[in-house]
Amino acid sequence: MLIKKPADIPSSEITDQATYQSRRRFLLGSAAAVATGLALPGMASTPPAKRFADLRKSPLSVAETPNSLQDITSYNNFYEFGTDKYSPAKAAQGLRTRPWTVTVEGEVKHPKTYDIDTLMRMSPLEERIYRLRCVEGWSMVIPWVGLALGDLIKQVQPTSRAKYVEFISLHDPEQMPGQRSRVLQWPYIEGLRLDEAMHPLTLLAVGLYGEVLPNQNGAPLRLVVPWKYGFKSIKSIVRMRFVEQQPVSAWTRANAEEYGFYSNVNPEVDHPRWSQARERRIGEFSKRKTLMFNGYAEQVASLYRGMDLKKNF
Amino acid sequence: MKWFKLALFPLCLVPLALLAADGYADNLGANPIEVITHSTGTWTLVFLLITLCITPLRRFTGINGLIKLRRMLGLFAFFYACLHFVTYFWLDQFFDWPAIVKDVIKRPFITVGFTSFMLLVPLALTSTNAMMKRLGGRRWQWLHRLVYVIAIGGVVHYLWLVKKDLTQPLIYAAVLSLLLGYRIVHRWRSSAARAKPSALSPQATQA
Repeated sequence: MLIKKPADIPSSEITDQATYQSRRRFLLGSAAAVATGLALPGMASTPPAKRFADLRKSPLSVAETPNSLQDITSYNNFYEFGTDKYSPAKAAQGLRTRPWTVTVEGEVKHPKTYDIDTLMRMSPLEERIYRLRCVEGWSMVIPWVGLALGDLIKQVQPTSRAKYVEFISLHDPEQMPGQRSRVLQWPYIEGLRLDEAMHPLTLLAVGLYGEVLPNQNGAPLRLVVPWKYGFKSIKSIVRMRFVEQQPVSAWTRANAEEYGFYSNVNPEVDHPRWSQARERRIGEFSKRKTLMFNGYAEQVASLYRGMDLKKNF
Repeated sequence: MKWFKLALFPLCLVPLALLAADGYADNLGANPIEVITHSTGTWTLVFLLITLCITPLRRFTGINGLIKLRRMLGLFAFFYACLHFVTYFWLDQFFDWPAIVKDVIKRPFITVGFTSFMLLVPLALTSTNAMMKRLGGRRWQWLHRLVYVIAIGGVVHYLWLVKKDLTQPLIYAAVLSLLLGYRIVHRWRSSAARAKPSALSPQATQA
């Protein structure tokens, strides 16, 4: 539920300033020796925004320190708003997120068009602190707010023919200037196998850091599949279709040799052009080893038992 | 030209100064290392292309003194390439030599980038007057034609590394094609002129 007047941020929900700055200081220390010398940043002041009250903590959260709100909201891959990572923060401000509906259709017993605010009240919202690993080799830790996709799926009741879920983003070049370029085929499309979609980790996110999702992060509703590369977590969803055939996602259509349907984070299967063995956690200097299924192997490895992950990349 | 060259020198350092200022003011965003890598790489390409502009510009304007700027501009290309390479093995890979060797061998865009950088080294080393004399004009010129290979390598390095949006690297590719195309046409024309001197003006024969 939404409380429109600004409320105090519970201290438990934000990155403690000392931690944040100590990470920055490490980066600073290492880079100061270079001629470019990076300076200590001022904490970004966040304007009062819509905050969620009574968020449940989730046992599925990781214990790692989240990236700053500034990092999470200024470094975004969202091609609908430009292909460089700094454009969406500005270009997405024109996106109108109300009114907004999400149509659920296809092989389901109860197809329905949900109003976004109804959907957000469907089950209690939780905070889920997840790792996010981009296919480009960087990562973040993000405190999402959302509900399990599985909760929605249970409501609409997939038929026995539903094998996959296809997700479709808003297609509106007027609001999404990046769609005027043909860099990808629009609308953006993603897909999950039904069991992946039903997995408890799979989240429909509507917020982060306890607040309503900023536009550049995929407002008003996005998918978060933390064991897959970031591009699988489709943003600004308007439609979900339950289908029998494996959907072709936007990146697979753009380059099938480089971006497969599964796109599970896997340090042993390299991108054809670069290694996936390590990643740079935003805010850290040294690269860290990428973990199998982005560190969620215990929860999700069983979904892919017996599959050749090199072939099904 | 001497004064112009003196003024041009600090101008060539402006990109680095801006990058340093942005770094100092924490304006490099969430992923500063990526920004530094891209910036130094971009300026290497820009200086390579500017260097390759000198000869056509000299022919079009008739200002022969421009040639006096070419060495400095070429060395700035090398300077930014060095910064780019240092950024890669220090900031990006943090001296993880096994990973770097693997990258250079396995990743075509790094292979071609690294090769181009290696090819720049002998050009920088033989850029002094003394080396020019020691090699002799003809041999020196042959060696320094490597810059064409290097520029192509640099653009290919860029083309192969971007995820999807090829706009930027294609702009560099277009400019480079123009500059190399000009040389091919010029060469072809002057050899045609040599073959049929009577058909062309004496001026063209001299070129």
